[in-house]
Amino acid sequence: MTDKYDMPDARGHFGPYGGIFVAETLMPAITELNEAYQRYLVDPEFIAELDADLRDYVGRPSPLYHAQRWSQHLGGAQIYLKREDLNHTGAHKVNNTVGQALLAKRMGKTRIIAETGAGQHGVATATVAARLGLECVVYMGAVDVARQALNVYRMKLLGATVVAVESGSKTLKDALNEALRDWVTNIDNTFYIIGTVAGPHPYPAMVRDFQTVIGREAKQQCVDQAGRLPDALVACVGGGSNAIGLFYPFIDDKSVKMYGVEAAGDGIETGHHSAPLCAGRPGVLHGNRTYLMADDDGEIIETHSISAGLDYPGVGPEHAWLKDTGRANYVNITDDEALAGFHALTRMEGIIPALESSHALAYTMKLAPTMRKDQIIIVNLSGRGDKDMHTIMQREGISL
Amino acid sequence: MSRLANKFAELKASGRKALIPFVTAGDPYPEFTVPLLHEMVAAGADVIELGVPFSDPMADGPVIQRASERALAHKVGLRKVLSMAMEFRKTDQATPLVLMGYLNPIEMMGYEDFANAAQRADVDGVLTVDLPPEEAVDCVALLRERGIDQIFLLAPNSDAERIAKMDAVGSGYLYYVSLKGVTGAGHLNTEDVKEKLELIRANTVLPVGVGFGVKDADTAKIVANLADGVVVGSALISKIEANLDEPEQAKNQIIALLKSMRTAMDS
Repeated sequence: MTDKYDMPDARGHFGPYGGIFVAETLMPAITELNEAYQRYLVDPEFIAELDADLRDYVGRPSPLYHAQRWSQHLGGAQIYLKREDLNHTGAHKVNNTVGQALLAKRMGKTRIIAETGAGQHGVATATVAARLGLECVVYMGAVDVARQALNVYRMKLLGATVVAVESGSKTLKDALNEALRDWVTNIDNTFYIIGTVAGPHPYPAMVRDFQTVIGREAKQQCVDQAGRLPDALVACVGGGSNAIGLFYPFIDDKSVKMYGVEAAGDGIETGHHSAPLCAGRPGVLHGNRTYLMADDDGEIIETHSISAGLDYPGVGPEHAWLKDTGRANYVNITDDEALAGFHALTRMEGIIPALESSHALAYTMKLAPTMRKDQIIIVNLSGRGDKDMHTIMQREGISL
Repeated sequence: MSRLANKFAELKASGRKALIPFVTAGDPYPEFTVPLLHEMVAAGADVIELGVPFSDPMADGPVIQRASERALAHKVGLRKVLSMAMEFRKTDQATPLVLMGYLNPIEMMGYEDFANAAQRADVDGVLTVDLPPEEAVDCVALLRERGIDQIFLLAPNSDAERIAKMDAVGSGYLYYVSLKGVTGAGHLNTEDVKEKLELIRANTVLPVGVGFGVKDADTAKIVANLADGVVVGSALISKIEANLDEPEQAKNQIIALLKSMRTAMDS
């Protein structure tokens, strides 16, 4: 890669990955969305409105925090946390929902649908729908509804209808299937806010573009605070929106290493995991070609992670491309390791992270000691851990 | 001439329309399927659409979703479906058989391996719900070299340009999905279908099958008056679902429904 990075191509391909693989009824809606996205992405008025919302409603810029005590404890690189957990609604997801909601409004759509895993994207969608006075329906796997009850209640408070999806494995992938079925049925008035960098083109590129505010800010903040670029970036990868948001503005800065951390669940060797980049192979699901977890017949297999937000058998197509080209490294962290990361940050820095982000923290605990003290790691602290109290208490046998 | 082209030409010459039943392979259990296909042909089916079970049937309603789940519980995947097609062909060399499903099983088998396997099984057509013509070039070429038709879907919101594109890439027939939604949903709007078929006819010479909303003899007759083929799926699979304890009963009800549709279409 000597030229400037400019993926995807006009039809949404990142090399062999990405593209548009959907039923025919969705094609006109996807074309309409792509036209709107191309138009407003460069529209000064749209950008001004988006920037104002990110500042005044989301609370951006989010801080870049030097975790000095933790860095010293680990004895290696200096660790900086990009505090997406401090955003309104508690995670990076809102950067994207604010953007897509503005698009929906411009396109005259009156109804918003979304899928959600951990519920963070569902909450972020219900939030912007409430603010714009739009009808909102969120699809969530029945298993996730049970393990993320607090977020379900938040969505309901915000006025959204939460539909528990009982088909298939009753998790995020099934919620996505159901949202696609809704979209195909209500295509005329409905805008589908996908929460990650997956789905058919233009979603992977569009969601990335709304999330790159993370990396743009982090880059400037790092230069301001430390006087130079970081040496490494670390972010968890389920669908991969927080990771691509951090990575993208650094892709052409070849000295910056990138680590995407997948969920190894009970361990890659057990088969109970959610790590398609580390242990899957290319296929087509939910509108794009990417790495997937599937059996020999191409049937999608059930995934496992302690973190609902990473419990997905696919991954954004741009990550598939960054893996194949070697620009980013994809590693994995087990449930137990993630929990250790969760406790470490909580006790060392007084910050309770989301279980998703804890995978990135756990990998940082491995990486930092291998680096020099004058080197810098930026970790995307993509969300806060309030939503995970119940899961952690259950796992550790604690009751109040 | 392909078996599909031949069949539609034959029907046209005799002034009849194609009755095209869809069932999911392996539902409710693997041994049920091939005998059912033969009986459907005896009841008047002209073309068979055989569903390949998929774990994530995004374009299907609850009835076909559950059919897929029942078949997958018996480990019926693409390889098993191909072997069923081969078995069907042993005693029926005349009836065109179309595999209908989603792209990932084909993608993971590899387009070339799949095309070879489909040729060995003497399959006539492949309909892949989530493979639009723009992404289909490689797969279509490999199938066409082996005399297998790739069938594409048209939707109520497909415009003339889109229809012309399907005409250029597809062969065998085009499948018009008569409503916006998933399989098994809604009601047929005769006027809408009639109007849309005029636009479709103006942009393709391929035969046009219409599905979604065909439930009984009456709706089959209405569609037969407009299109070249009548596709019925969820209404048949509902019979299986209603008789899971008595599969023979399900088969009898499916055959009775198809016969009533055939009679109505030919009258």
